[in-house]
Amino acid sequence: MDKSYYNPRDLKKFGSITEWSEELGNKFFEYYGKVFEEGALTPREKSLIALAVAHTEQCPYCIDAYSQDGLQRGITKEEMMEAIHVGAAIKSGATLVHGVQMMNKVNKLEM
Amino acid sequence: MATKSLQKRESELASTQRQLEILSNGIFQSGELPTFANKIKETNQFPLTPKKVEILQINVGYMCNQVCSHCHVDAGPDRKEIMTRETMQQCLDVIEKTGAHTLDLTGGAPEMNPHFRWFVEEASKIGVKDFIVRSNLTIIRANKKYHDLPEFFKKHNVHVVSSMPHWTRGKTDKQRGDGVFDKSIKALQELNAVGYGMPDSDLRLDLVYNPSGAFLPGDQVAMEKDFKKALFDDFGIQFHNLFAITNLPISRFLDYLIASENYEDYMYSLVEAFNPSAVANVMCTNTISVSWDGWLYDCDFNQMLDLKVASKVKHISEYNEEDLSKRNIIISQHCYGCTAGAGSSCQGTVA
Repeated sequence: MDKSYYNPRDLKKFGSITEWSEELGNKFFEYYGKVFEEGALTPREKSLIALAVAHTEQCPYCIDAYSQDGLQRGITKEEMMEAIHVGAAIKSGATLVHGVQMMNKVNKLEM
Repeated sequence: MATKSLQKRESELASTQRQLEILSNGIFQSGELPTFANKIKETNQFPLTPKKVEILQINVGYMCNQVCSHCHVDAGPDRKEIMTRETMQQCLDVIEKTGAHTLDLTGGAPEMNPHFRWFVEEASKIGVKDFIVRSNLTIIRANKKYHDLPEFFKKHNVHVVSSMPHWTRGKTDKQRGDGVFDKSIKALQELNAVGYGMPDSDLRLDLVYNPSGAFLPGDQVAMEKDFKKALFDDFGIQFHNLFAITNLPISRFLDYLIASENYEDYMYSLVEAFNPSAVANVMCTNTISVSWDGWLYDCDFNQMLDLKVASKVKHISEYNEEDLSKRNIIISQHCYGCTAGAGSSCQGTVA
């Protein structure tokens, strides 16, 4: 077994997940491919969303993949970093908005 | 950023033999990745053979005012290889009798050859259908003696093809050197001013995009849209088409790939993106490349690896299209660069 949980080369083997469940794996990759096609959003916009989500999900494979994808699409470093801040803002916002729940609870319990 | 060529730095990669060894060893020798020959055997495309010659690409010298970090020519101010007037005359004799419809002058900076203007004047008299000069743009601003180049190009109806790696200063200067972006913008504005690149103009101005790093170019059509919008919005610049070109793993780009530890991953990307339909239209099938000293090659990349055509005829002085049409094209692992994704050629994508 590998001594590390993550190996960059494993990203290239992503397709092999179909080997142990062919129908579901194929359906997933078909869906994945379709999602990133040009639609109401451009592939460029989708790439930036994917990069932001890759960070909020903290998936190292996705971060490698969508950093490279962004460069290939001519996306600038500034655009990439701003996208990540959007993800970070939602993450921290999601934490902080629960503060209201905490306040509600405290207000209810306190005399 | 380097300011000298690999040759001047006496780098081991200045040796074409060494480059070819690197491209055949390691992951290709171990069988981890298939060689290009084996890959095209899978689709019955081996050996690669030429079709009719359509493009005569002449490299008039390796001297350049820039030292771009990705340059496959290893061009720069310190390179002294320059085509003589005698060799140019031999090229003109060939241009007169060839069936090729496109004449494509490249370098280095072709304008730095002292016989450049004479050659363009003589070649334009012959009346080639499409007469391309690959200009790096900054040469137009480099010295007063080049300031009239836009007018000169216009007078001879030259089709200008220019490199522009990105629409932002940062990315452009990182690849091509400090100040290149601003000078390129000024040069493009001057070309526009004499009519180049305007929507209905016959004065063709195309841009070449190649990635500034170890990644493949994105979709050519989408990139063209982004380039057009950004250059017009920011600088009022117009141009006709964008050619997206993949960086081939040779010369200074190979040096960069190895130094940055990107070589293996880059080769993986190229092999994974292999596209058999790009092989069918790869530019070596319709192009003959001529070096500054008159030798003939399947393409500009093979020229830089010193892989001369596998034909009885090897020099412009004995040029014979029929003999050349019977040759097999020489290939190595760098060829994966032209067959990745939508393919890559000096005219952009091919598939």
